[in-house]
Amino acid sequence: MTSENQDPWNENDPVPLYVITGGTGSAANTFNLVTLIATRSEPDAAMQPEQAAILTMCAYPLSVAEVSAYLSLPFSVVTTLLSQLVEDERVEAIAPVPVAAFPERGLLEAVIHGLRKL
Amino acid sequence: MDYASSDVRDAGPRGTDMPLPHSARGVKVVIVGGFGVGKTTMVGAVSEIPPLTTEETMTQAGVGIDHNPGAHGKNTTTVAMDFGRISINQELILYLFGTPGQERFWFLWNGIFEGALGAVVLVDTRRIEVCFEVITRLEDRRVPFVVAVNTFPEAPHHPVEDLRAALALSESVPIVTCDARDRASCRDALLSLMVYLRTLAAAQETV
Repeated sequence: MTSENQDPWNENDPVPLYVITGGTGSAANTFNLVTLIATRSEPDAAMQPEQAAILTMCAYPLSVAEVSAYLSLPFSVVTTLLSQLVEDERVEAIAPVPVAAFPERGLLEAVIHGLRKL
Repeated sequence: MDYASSDVRDAGPRGTDMPLPHSARGVKVVIVGGFGVGKTTMVGAVSEIPPLTTEETMTQAGVGIDHNPGAHGKNTTTVAMDFGRISINQELILYLFGTPGQERFWFLWNGIFEGALGAVVLVDTRRIEVCFEVITRLEDRRVPFVVAVNTFPEAPHHPVEDLRAALALSESVPIVTCDARDRASCRDALLSLMVYLRTLAAAQETV
């Protein structure tokens, strides 16, 4: 089948990513790597596998970075999937703790306390 | 990144059955350093989960920066980051992201530093020059950071003040030594960042 002049078929990357995202390429800027995603509805059989997988895994809230890692999909692809799910109110996106120029002392104290327990 | 060959519906964490209230929020710290300096080791040492990898494909990121005559037409690059998590309490999850400092591209991934508490610059004293650009970038972006020297057994040992001078760091920036394989040691490096941030926050309040 293949000759040396053809591009090698990449076994690990057979599906163009725009197929997975349903064609919309407008990755929302509202997602941060550590935005937590929490499931708000059960997956149904008609759903795309990736979206169903998100609903299943985020029954335990996970960051967008974790969803990206577990699905083995790039961050921007995951945010596109997630914006559809947020729009349909199937998941809730919980923004990270806001950090201004300097973090709040209360937040730092909590982190210090938590780290000391490790 | 490997694409899942098994059913994608089965993707997800295993063994994280501890229920979190849905009020939990995320916060992050970035660990920056050169290739092989021990970023992933450090993430793995303190993370409650085995380190995970997320990646982003960036288009045209290398235009004007990366001249690679061997790759005609290639205008995308992939930046991968290993990360881990520490559940601080029921309301707070600290994420640690390890990013390669010698690659220019990762600075272009918007959001890596957005909302980050601060950064740990991990240094190998055998290749200290890798840190210069990293430190300059962090200073430009006003990201508070501490320097953690990973104590490789065969690496030359420099007094802290020599390192401070070599890296042109101000007196206020903490320099700590750590063993990236050791949980307590890495925790202490993170603690030194938090204590430093607390000092900065306190100084800000009194202005």
